[in-house]
Amino acid sequence: MQPRAEMYSPMHPHAFRVLEIAEEIPGCMTLRVEPDGDGSGAAFAPGQFFMIYVFGHGEVPISVSGDPAKSGELTFTVMAVGSVTKALCAVKPGGVIGLRGPFGSAWPVGDIKGRDVIVMAGGLGLAPLRPSIYRMLYDRGDYGDVALLYGGRQPQSIVFPQELADWREEALIDVDVTVDTAGREWPGKVGVVTELLKGRNIDPARTSALICGPEIMMRFSAYALLDLGVAAENIHVSMERNMKCAVRMCGRCQYGPFFICADGPVFSFDRVERLFKIREV
Amino acid sequence: MVSIKNIHTLLAENPFFDGMSEEHLETMAGCGRLAHFKPGEFLLREGDAADTFYLIRSGDVAIESDVPAAGPLSVARIGAGGITGYSWLFPPHSNSFDSLALTDVSAIALNGECLRGKAEADHELGYQLMKRFAQVMLDRLQATRRQMLDVYANGRPADAASG
Repeated sequence: MQPRAEMYSPMHPHAFRVLEIAEEIPGCMTLRVEPDGDGSGAAFAPGQFFMIYVFGHGEVPISVSGDPAKSGELTFTVMAVGSVTKALCAVKPGGVIGLRGPFGSAWPVGDIKGRDVIVMAGGLGLAPLRPSIYRMLYDRGDYGDVALLYGGRQPQSIVFPQELADWREEALIDVDVTVDTAGREWPGKVGVVTELLKGRNIDPARTSALICGPEIMMRFSAYALLDLGVAAENIHVSMERNMKCAVRMCGRCQYGPFFICADGPVFSFDRVERLFKIREV
Repeated sequence: MVSIKNIHTLLAENPFFDGMSEEHLETMAGCGRLAHFKPGEFLLREGDAADTFYLIRSGDVAIESDVPAAGPLSVARIGAGGITGYSWLFPPHSNSFDSLALTDVSAIALNGECLRGKAEADHELGYQLMKRFAQVMLDRLQATRRQMLDVYANGRPADAASG
């Protein structure tokens, strides 16, 4: 009897082994995982997410935070805020988790080549943007001016601080960081992330923006960019809702006429601006 | 010794005073002087009489408040082109925050009492000043409100919502 070819099912989690898990900031861990020998791949596009299954606890949608050029492994950065993410953050190296994906839309890093790019991140929102930054750094000559504007609550809550310092040192992109409050030892800026747009020489006609963070941060950031003349279709945001199936079936992540899991998570702002103004959505 | 003419020129170059008449700039220059601060020196101290405001020409200034058990915390940082000190405009004319030089700072110091007197005597000057300060205060108020909203709290909403 011939073995039946296994049908691909987006609902079927594949085993991935944890190679490394490291604390970014208190309560926030970065995991590197690789396929655990069942033939599943690790390819993804910047901005896409996987459903991560912590056996015995449940599934959570987590965007990839690692380098898309690193084949054979995936990196996720997770804040321990609920029962599943707490269990995920407690997995030890060598432990096995289940992954489904990748799912969803991606940052349009290919479409915005030749343009100036403003990447705006708030808090842990830098994690889903990081793959797009890697991609732009690899193809640096294909883009105009690239600026990363990052806002956090306090200096000690900044994620990937070493990488931010390295990027600033390399000077391939302009890195500007601000926090809401800081002691005197903080050498950077203090204020909300939209303040970093002030005084910047922005050509709105040739600027695209990628924004990720809590929704209120994305809203203020998108409006600040609109005020500067950047067109809504050139502003991209990454939306999040309570995703369960990730394949447009369960409806848990419905966002107006969209399903975040399949139509998003990355949307151009002109598609979702109307929804940002509806309080009940 | 810096002449009034030089202060006038520096005020005219500052975008804060864009559109201000030569006459008003000349009047204001009579209330101004150049000021320099070394790192660690205070431009303004919380609770002191608000008799001066500063237009920062170069350097970085921290707007701070001393928090018990936490020490001084910055709530804003201001660089070249920024302004610190609004309390000279309104009674009781006392500073609400510290302004600390983080680097070598060059600024134009404007005497608030002098300006208040001139604005009372020339309401058009007062209006022009108030209009500009109102815009800066609105920007600062909106930024402060966003800081109060704690817009980065709890990471991404999906993490909290999904588990």
